[in-house]
Order: sequence, then structure tokens, then C-alpha cells
Amino acid sequence: MSDKVKVTIDGITVEVEPGISILNAARQIGGDVVPPAMCYYSKLEGSGGKCRTCLVKVSKGSEKDPRPMPKLVASCRTNVMDGMEVQNITSPEVVEARKGVVEILLINHPLDCPICDQAGECHLQDLAFEHGSEATRYEFERRTFDRIDIGDKIQLHMTRCILCYRCVYTADQITNNRVHGVLGRGDASEISTYIEKAIDNDFSGNVIDVCPVGALTDRTFRFKNRVWFTKPVDAHRDCPTCSGKVTLWYKGADVLRVTARKDQFGEAEEFICNTCRFDTKQTGDWVIEGPRNISNNSVISANHYETLRPLPVVQNNALLQEANKEQFERATKF
Amino acid sequence: MGRKLLLEHINVPGINTFDVYRQQGGYRAVEKALKTLSPEAIVEEVKKSGLRGRGGAGFPTGMKWSFLAKPEGKARYLVCNADESEPGTFKDRYLMTYIPHLLIEGMIVSSFALGAAVSYIYVRGEMMPQIRILERAIAEAKNAGFLGKNILGSGYDLELYVQPGGGAYICGEETALIESLEGKRGNPRIKPPFPAISGLYGCPTVVNNVESIAAVVPIINDGGEEYAKVGIGRSTGTKLISAGGNLAKPGVYEIELGLPVEEFIYSEEYCGGIANGKRLKAVVAGGSSVPVLPANLILKTVNGEKRLMSYESLADGGFVSGSMMGSGGFIAFDEDQCMVRNTWNFSRFYHHESCGQCSPCREGTGWMEKVLHRIEYGHGKYSDIDLLVDVSRKIEGNTICPLGDAAAWPVASAIRHFRDEFEWHITHPAEAVKRNFGLAHYADPLPPVAEPA
Ligand SMILES: Cc1cc2nc3c(=O)[nH]c(=O)nc-3n(C[C@H](O)[C@H](O)[C@H](O)COP(=O)(O)O)c2cc1C
Ligand code: SF4
Ligand code: SF4
Ligand code: FES
Repeated sequence: MSDKVKVTIDGITVEVEPGISILNAARQIGGDVVPPAMCYYSKLEGSGGKCRTCLVKVSKGSEKDPRPMPKLVASCRTNVMDGMEVQNITSPEVVEARKGVVEILLINHPLDCPICDQAGECHLQDLAFEHGSEATRYEFERRTFDRIDIGDKIQLHMTRCILCYRCVYTADQITNNRVHGVLGRGDASEISTYIEKAIDNDFSGNVIDVCPVGALTDRTFRFKNRVWFTKPVDAHRDCPTCSGKVTLWYKGADVLRVTARKDQFGEAEEFICNTCRFDTKQTGDWVIEGPRNISNNSVISANHYETLRPLPVVQNNALLQEANKEQFERATKF
Repeated sequence: MGRKLLLEHINVPGINTFDVYRQQGGYRAVEKALKTLSPEAIVEEVKKSGLRGRGGAGFPTGMKWSFLAKPEGKARYLVCNADESEPGTFKDRYLMTYIPHLLIEGMIVSSFALGAAVSYIYVRGEMMPQIRILERAIAEAKNAGFLGKNILGSGYDLELYVQPGGGAYICGEETALIESLEGKRGNPRIKPPFPAISGLYGCPTVVNNVESIAAVVPIINDGGEEYAKVGIGRSTGTKLISAGGNLAKPGVYEIELGLPVEEFIYSEEYCGGIANGKRLKAVVAGGSSVPVLPANLILKTVNGEKRLMSYESLADGGFVSGSMMGSGGFIAFDEDQCMVRNTWNFSRFYHHESCGQCSPCREGTGWMEKVLHRIEYGHGKYSDIDLLVDVSRKIEGNTICPLGDAAAWPVASAIRHFRDEFEWHITHPAEAVKRNFGLAHYADPLPPVAEPA
């Protein structure tokens, strides 16, 4: 264990691998000390640093150099040092700044949740619910774009985009043709494909899963149902292209949607291919494993009765249990 | 007369050509450096000179050079930042237009000091004439054996390239510049790693402003210690100031750091006072990104001392009553100028130039611009003023690159110092669209600071 480093986040100390980010260290603790991350995606190299929702305060740089960092830092792109002390929800400054970021992310957002397919599993919705205020101070016309169909399976609704760049990295890194990027500058930037060329390769559908909001959605699921009325079931099949491990979303006996399996931080465990995602929607195509556990905080879990199963590191540490108390209580209420 | 280290021969006819520049003692620094000095010795001289980056941040150049990583088997690069797009700043363009060989000479010496075999001058895309001038100057220098293989028989090889940018302000930020130079979209990188470790094509890179590189020439010619004798305190040497706005004689001036601001504005040697006999209302001392100051705070600090043109004195008083040297874009406003309109105009610029990578800057700059527009055009509300301050705080310090701060400071400082002018726009909307607020009390002498009991 000697090569591990000690970090303290909101008063909770953990030992982690050197060189990991503050955000990933916080994820090992779990619970409320995990900063929200709208742009970072552990499976995408170079992601993070953009949305600024994960800002934290480093009140002690390290054992060697205890000076605090002068500004709030993006926890997803700042690495831990031995003896580092970090404040997330215990710092009023961080809470204030995060509120500011959330407000700012919402000023140009259409807030069309009632007609958005992402509602219920939208990270912006969750974030706004936790940090936002009911009223906006923005009194100007919001930015809008026309919807664009990227091929016959994916729709881009740029008006909802928060420019997290996740889809850009996905298109860059897991597909073999870069046809997807950002055009324009500042608040006129838009996600675009190369002259509206369809993103056409086996893994393009993953941009839907990485999108934290409803900007990239599955056209085969469009307006079919609200996600919280569908039941997630883990399944797999023998797929020549990908691992074939997916989540099927059932309504009655019909599979309405196929997605990658998402972990507790909303990230795909493994990227899946387009055949699995769009073309195999019969129960007979799949070997069913059982119901998918969805975070109890999610509206999708509203009718699943399960208590929160804390991370191992929390289970055998009284201090951590105390710190996560509120989280447990909230979770068991469901 | 103040000493001139960069523009000493600027009035010699034909100084833009290699031959005349050479006759005036040009390229001596290259001869001295390549024939008698080691790269380490040059870095040492630059350290001794106390030269601070002229691109805006004022970071000591010698120190920056000594941070450059030197891993085995990896190229190192020097990139000259000639993207100059800060509103109010036009000194680099002047230098490149009229005395381009000074920059080329500085590039050769600096590249040698850093061990770079290929160096770039990244020029803002709109400056096409300057790009042609530089390319011509490079060809002349190459012809004379100062560039290319085995320069002056020293065994040192250097290729120098001029790269036109696309004309985006953000590409002046050093990591965005590097991305752009690599042929990518000019988004600032998230630091660390810093360019000194991993810059252009993942190799250790130094990015320096045009004027910083030019200043290496007199430092090598006369020695770092000699250079450090000019100036005041930690602000050594001379600085090019782009003087603009309502001045009788706007233009580019080379000043010795430490010159009193009052002398710079009113003396015949420099700006010759305010144009048309008007009175001074406000000054933006270092390019649009730095806090604006009212006349009474720019001439004297709150402690009643003369304010000087130096990094320290301009910053005296911090954000409460000071400003910054920045890039040396000195903009003077006379009594007829509207501070609200100017703040809106600056905001419009930052809104337009934000790269859009990080949320606070992408969305916040547009928000501030819209609110300022509304106030300027007589539709503002009282709460707008506090809203602006609040939004500027939400941006400041929370972004990837300093453009966010640069967008926030002008708004925050204008409201701090000119709040009554903003309020007047709200209370007198009809009048505000027809006439200006005027000088008001902004030039009144400040009351002496009370001694703390
Ligand atoms: C938005 C932004 C724009 C900038 N534009 C310029 C510029 O046009 N020219 C320049 O020399 N430095 C510019 N800088 C500063 C550079 O990032 C960098 O600090 C400078 O080139 C370093 O050179 P120096 O140490 O010689 O000053 C800019 C910085 C920011 C954040
Ligand atoms: S479309 Fe979605 S994934 Fe892509 S940048 Fe926008 S919000 Fe992010
Ligand atoms: S602060 Fe503005 S310009 Fe700088 S990276 Fe962020 S969005 Fe781009
Ligand atoms: S998750 Fe860290 S900045 Fe977006």
C-alpha cells in the first residue's frame, strides 16, 4: 500500500492510486462528496475540464507543498497529491460557484423536458434539480437551432446541447472516421457532422449514450415512451462486433430501446455497436440476465424497491457511513 | 528623452531592409551569441536583465526559459506570439512593419538559447502585409547566412516559418495558439501540462510575445545587467506602449518603465495631452482586458503617490483601485465618452471571441453583453447592475483560460468606478440615449487617505 497516496475530501480520507483525478478519488468515497460531472467521461481520453460543474476547492495542495490552490479547480482534470485536502460540498465558495455554473448552463437551455426523450435520465435535469433556483435571471431570447437528423438513427437537437464535447471525443476515439466536430465559436458553437454527412459506422450510436442531455437521441425510440415507464433489463448476445452486453428497456413485452449498461455515474460500462442498439429489438435476440439496478435517486427507480448498497470502502468505515448518512436515508425513502 | 532600446533606429530610412538594419549594427546579437556565448549563458543574461513577458501576463522571460524541459531525443520549439488582437494594442504590428529584422534577430538568438531547430512566428490572419514583410525579411536574413544550415559557421541550424492565424483573439492564448499551429481548432488546452513540458506536437515549447523576443537583442548586445539599469525596481527595460483614444498624439511609444503616467499623457515627448483640449475622464492602461480607472486614480494612487508606467505601480491598489500593465494598450477616454457604451463594446468583443469551450465564459459573456446593451439603450433596471457584478464573479476564476477573467474585469471595474454613470442610464433612460453623462467627479482630486487610528 505504500505507493498509494492519501487525499481528504470533505473531511473523509481515502487512499488512492497516485496520479488519479480528484473526481475519481471522490468516486471511490461515493455519496454526496462526488462532484457532479457533465463533461468528463472516464472512457474518453481528453474529456473533462469544460463544463465546470465539478469545481472544487483545494485547501491544501499536498504534504510537501501545503499551499492552497489560488482558484477553484476542475476536479476531473486535477490530479491528487499525497496529503491533498479538498473541499467540495463543505465549501460555501464551491457551492456558490456550482450554482453559478448551473444557472449559466440553463440560460440558453430550452427547458423542454416535457417533450424531451432524455427526461428522467438527463444529467442536466438532475443537476438543475439539486442546484438550480426556480426562476432564471436571464430575460433574453434563448438560442435555438433547427433539428438535424444524423442518418436515420440519430437526431441532433442542438438547442439542448451543453457543448460538453463528449460526442466529439466518442466520434474521434471509438469510431474510425472523424466526421463529427464543433463548428463556430463561443455561444454560437454547434456540434456538427461533416456537411451533414450521416455518421455512418458501427459504433456511432454511442454518441447517444454519452450525451448528458437530450441533444443526441435515438430516433428509433423517439416519442415512444417516457423512460420511467420502461423497465430496464440486462441482457447479452453473441455479437461479432462488440461485447454484446446491453440494457434492454421494456414496455410490456416490447423492447423499446437498447442502450449500453450505465454505471452509477451515468457512464457506459462498455460501448456497444449499432446492430445491438438499433437492429436487434426482439427478446429472442437476447439472453436475459435480470433486472438492471438503477441508482435509487433516479426517477427511473421510482417503482423499484431497493435500498442503497454502499461501496465497500464505505461499508467498513464508520466515518464514511456517517458522512453518507443523508444519502442512505434519502435512498431508503423510496 | 527616454532611452530607446528597440526603436532607436526606427527613423533611419530603409531600416526595414536587411542592408540598412545591418549597417545600423543589426545582427550583432546573433554574431555575439553564436560565436561567443553558450545557450545557458544567454538564458542567464535574460534572467539577469529582469525582462518580463510583454504579451500581457508579465511573467519573467528568463525564468520561463529555464523551465523548458530538455528530454533527450525530443525537439524543442520557440513560437513567437504575433497574434496581437487585444483591443487597444498595436505595438507588435508596428514593430513587425517598420523594423522586422529586430524580431528575426531576436528569434535567432532566442531559438539558439532554447535549442530549437525550427521556430515559428504565428501572426494574426488579418495582418497580411506584416506576414509578407516578415517572409521577405526571413528570405533576406537567410540569404545573408543568418538562417538555415550552419549559421555563421557555428554549426547551428535554424528554420524560421511564418504561420498566419485565422484571426481569432483566442489564438493569442498560448495553448490555443499551439493547437491552431498544429492545424486544429484554436481551443485553449487544459493545463497542466504546461507548454514548457508538452507544447507544440507534444514537445517542450516556449511561447513569447513579439516584443519580448525583440528585447532579447539589446539584452545580448549590452548585457543583462545593463538592460536592468533601465526602468524601475522589478520593471526593467523599456516597453512599447500603444497609445490610443482621445490623445493629441496617439501612436506607439517606447518608454522607460517607471515614467509617470501623467508625463506620458501630457508631455510633448509622448502623447501631448488630451485631443481638442478636452479633459481626461478615464484610462484603460493595458489593453481592454485590464480594469479601467477613472482619471483621478490613474494619475495618482490612493495613497497620493504618482502613478508610474510600471508593472507594480499600475497594479497598486489591486482590483479595488489599481489596474495592470497588461500588453501596454493605453486607451484614454475624454469627458465626452460614455463608460457604459465602452463597457458594452468591450463585452461585445469578448462575447464574440469566446471559444465556447467552458460554460461560464461561453454563456456568461453573452449574458453580460445583452444586459449592458439594454442599459446603454435605456431599457435597464436597477437590478441589472448587481446582476452584472454577479455574473462577472461567476465567470472570473472559474474558466479554463484567462479570457474569462479578461471578460469579467472590465465589467466589474467599470461598475466599481463608474456606478453612478450606470445608475444614471437607468434613472434617465431618455436622456441617456441623447447625451453623455460627462466628466462628473471622475477627475476630482481624491481625498487624502485617513491614517488608521
Ligand atoms: C485570450 C488571450 C489572448 C492573448 N493574446 C495574446 C496576444 O495576442 N499576443 C501575445 O503576445 N500574448 C497574448 N496572450 C498571452 C499569451 O497567452 C502568453 O502569455 C504570451 O504570449 C506569453 O509571452 P510573453 O511571456 O512574452 O508575454 C493572450 C492571452 C489570453 C488569455
Ligand atoms: S450533443 Fe450532447 S454529447 Fe455532444 S456536446 Fe452536446 S451535450 Fe455533449
Ligand atoms: S475561458 Fe472562454 S475562451 Fe477560454 S477556454 Fe473557456 S470558453 Fe474558451
Ligand atoms: S466534469 Fe469537470 S469540468 Fe466538466
